[in-house]
Amino acid sequence: MAVAEKVKSIIAEQLGVKIEEVKPEASFIDDLGADSLDTVELIMALEEEFNVEIPDEDAEKMTKVGDAIKYVEEKSAA
Amino acid sequence: MRLKDEIAFITGSARGIGREIAEVYAREGALVIISDIKLEDCQLAVDDLTSRGFKADAFACNVTLSADVDQCVDKIIEKYGRIDILVNNAGITRDNLFLRMKEEDWDAVINVNLKGTFNACKSVSRAMLKARKGKIINIGSVIGVMGNAGQANYAASKAGVIALAKSLAREFAPRNINVNAVAPGYIKTAMTDKLSEEVKNKILEVVPLGRMGLPTDVANVCLFLASKEADYVTGQTILVDGGMVMY
Repeated sequence: MAVAEKVKSIIAEQLGVKIEEVKPEASFIDDLGADSLDTVELIMALEEEFNVEIPDEDAEKMTKVGDAIKYVEEKSAA
Repeated sequence: MRLKDEIAFITGSARGIGREIAEVYAREGALVIISDIKLEDCQLAVDDLTSRGFKADAFACNVTLSADVDQCVDKIIEKYGRIDILVNNAGITRDNLFLRMKEEDWDAVINVNLKGTFNACKSVSRAMLKARKGKIINIGSVIGVMGNAGQANYAASKAGVIALAKSLAREFAPRNINVNAVAPGYIKTAMTDKLSEEVKNKILEVVPLGRMGLPTDVANVCLFLASKEADYVTGQTILVDGGMVMY
């Protein structure tokens, strides 16, 4: 599975939303109904799945689905 | 049975109050993880429990070391798949009048009692958050509520675990994790055996129920807080002190 698809499926599972709703421009909090704890858990799930470390200052900037995909793609390509 | 098949991780449970909590939990059907600094001590407690048909397993760890706690929790989850109940019970005293209290006495007590609780909460909460279920019980002390001459370090550490329970209760509430504190008064254990007769008699004068508590008295409250009966109780501190402090 491509990185983008994998990230989307983790987001869908973590936030309990349908995969169709997980669009790049969707905001975790405003569109997908996440609370602050959800976003922390989501970051932890991404770290676990892709075996990367996401520092807090980077995590704070990830507010949309597209941000997370881009970040993980860059990190896992490096 | 009120804790049938629950996995309960109890720190400092080779002896004293922790051992009694393990006893009561095991009797109610839980699988108790006996954890203490020395594996031999854990194993003795486990052998005693399993020889009577209870479910128990030994996992040694030093709560002051986060890597040690992480490793221990990972092993438990690998073997049993989850931790439903965490009891932060590991604790020590290093009493002295404040002017004579050394920095190492302060550090040792804060490290075991407060940082140890932080470490265990940190390691276990990840799995509990995922499972959206859990009960965390911090063993505080009545001393953490009212203070005590000669126990500045202990009092500060126990007030700390009470406040930590309140904060985590708020943070984890949306994930169905209840966090409470139990504050024992004077309980008959090796920790209080050290007190002189004179001090013990003084204490009894201020205990309305007129006796020292037993480890079972504390364990019974911990049983309630770990059970389904306490599903709507979170962020509380329950004093088990024979009425010494009332508020």
